[in-house]
Amino acid sequence: MAGASGKDKLLTGIFWLAGIFIVLILAGIIGYVLFRGASSLSLDFILQPPSRAGRLGGISTTIVGTVYLTLLALLAAVPVGVGSAIYLEEYAHSRSRFAKLVNLTAETLAGIPSIVFGLFGFVFFVIFLGMGWSVLSGGLTMAIMILPTITRTAQEAILAVAGEYRENSLALGASRWQTVRRVILPSALPGIVTGIILSIGRAVGETAAIILTAGSSLGMPVSPMDPARTMSVHLYIMAMEGISTERAFGTACLIVVLIVIINYLANLSLSRLTKAMR
Amino acid sequence: MDNVVSTKQEIKMKSVDLQVFYQDFQALHGIDMDIKANHVTALIGPSGCGKSTFLRTLNRLNELIEGTTIKGQVYLDDQAIYSKEMDVVGLRKRVGMVFQKPSVFPMSVYENVAYGPRIHGIKNRGQLDEIVEKSLRAANLWEEMGGRLHTPAARMSGGQQQRLVIARVLAVDPEVILMDEPASALDPISTSKLEELIAELKRAYTIVIVTHNMQQAARVSDYTGFFLNGQLIEFNRTKELFVNPANQQTEDYITGRFG
Ligand SMILES: Nc1ncnc2c1ncn2[C@@H]1O[C@H](COP(=O)(O)OP(=O)(O)OP(=O)(O)O)[C@@H](O)[C@H]1O
Ligand SMILES: [Mg+2]
Repeated sequence: MAGASGKDKLLTGIFWLAGIFIVLILAGIIGYVLFRGASSLSLDFILQPPSRAGRLGGISTTIVGTVYLTLLALLAAVPVGVGSAIYLEEYAHSRSRFAKLVNLTAETLAGIPSIVFGLFGFVFFVIFLGMGWSVLSGGLTMAIMILPTITRTAQEAILAVAGEYRENSLALGASRWQTVRRVILPSALPGIVTGIILSIGRAVGETAAIILTAGSSLGMPVSPMDPARTMSVHLYIMAMEGISTERAFGTACLIVVLIVIINYLANLSLSRLTKAMR
Repeated sequence: MDNVVSTKQEIKMKSVDLQVFYQDFQALHGIDMDIKANHVTALIGPSGCGKSTFLRTLNRLNELIEGTTIKGQVYLDDQAIYSKEMDVVGLRKRVGMVFQKPSVFPMSVYENVAYGPRIHGIKNRGQLDEIVEKSLRAANLWEEMGGRLHTPAARMSGGQQQRLVIARVLAVDPEVILMDEPASALDPISTSKLEELIAELKRAYTIVIVTHNMQQAARVSDYTGFFLNGQLIEFNRTKELFVNPANQQTEDYITGRFG
């Protein structure tokens, strides 16, 4: 017994070290980014539009571009993704050919590199549909890119809760839709939101596919047909073309902050929503 | 053999040559059974003999399982439930079901009980309050939970959850209640409470209960059906069946000499 507990202690120690390692890496990266970027951070950096290709001014237009494009992508992808997850889990017969096809498509889409989506978006939205480099072209391309993640996570979330609840609800005389809306969706919501957060991360972090579909204009995007530059694209161009490493780090800081805020808001609304349930 | 006990009492449900197939596997072989109104009918038999399958054909829950084929007919008050005219939602409202494992919805106690009535279109708060109280009282849960209606149902004990599930079924005001091993997850005290409850409920409802516990079947039921390998081997008044089984296999099973 002493040997076993000695082993346990050793293993606990190793796992503890592994955990510490992860925390250190994360803290290191974020700390370094904050350290390098802090000098360029100011209210003006957030609120002013860039000038002279980003050498001067702030990055306001790219913040707007990022939020605008991500929102459009979610607006298109969430209803379709969650809808198809509901269809696959609640309505389709799992052995039906169509359900298999949709599943296979989602899996395949998830594995395709983003630049391929970018190329497709460029050819289809930008050129064929004549939407040009625009928030809309970029948003729709991102929507296709995040669709598989949203669908799969929603499917898994529904699968995890649905079995018993579904039978109980149907046995009370509820219709399929009432069951989905009143019992299954509310309990699957945390999982669905996790998928959405992952997707937001992906959309905010994407560069190449966005340059191909939304362009890299520094102007303020107002209409969805305007071209736009997102923060990640801005960071990439600033670093790549040697415009300003410090300002690239400043942008990186704000990306990190933005992601943290989104995560926080998502968790907050989630706990509000689920508090009534659990 | 004639499995149908003929008496002058009203027959609430009736299965006729009922057969169920899961893909190619035949789980029920031509079951004929009469279920008497305002009585408790117990279904007993070894694991896998088709008790749950039979129970689930009575509210058409089996058809949710892909690849299930059902032949024969079930009648509810002389109305064929396997027919195009039958409204499944309406059927399930009239034939409620309590599952083996209590599965409360992730909502408050109140919302769990109000779920069914809301689904069926009752919106008036006062009316809902009334139904919730009445159902909880009928399920012997009002004294424990009446003051805590808005706590999440998941925080209740297993026995309380089982009674909540029963209250939830009562709230839709069914005519028949199907129970699949409702006491299997309960301690002896909760179990005897549940048995008392069943005895009270049969005044207003027709009850069909699956149980693995012979004593329980003997205590709570008026009629008992013994299933074996998808066949209804014997069906009779509970007293008769336990005291004087007509079939050797029944006798072996109830005396514990089985398998
Ligand atoms: N969904 C299903 N698909 C295929 N076969 C099934 C399915 N459900 C049940 N069966 C089979 O049908 C037979 C009857 O099952 P059923 O669940 O009705 O038994 P039971 O009498 O309720 O058993 P238990 O006492 O263990 O609950 C079993 O042989 C079982 O393996
Ligand atoms: Mg069973």
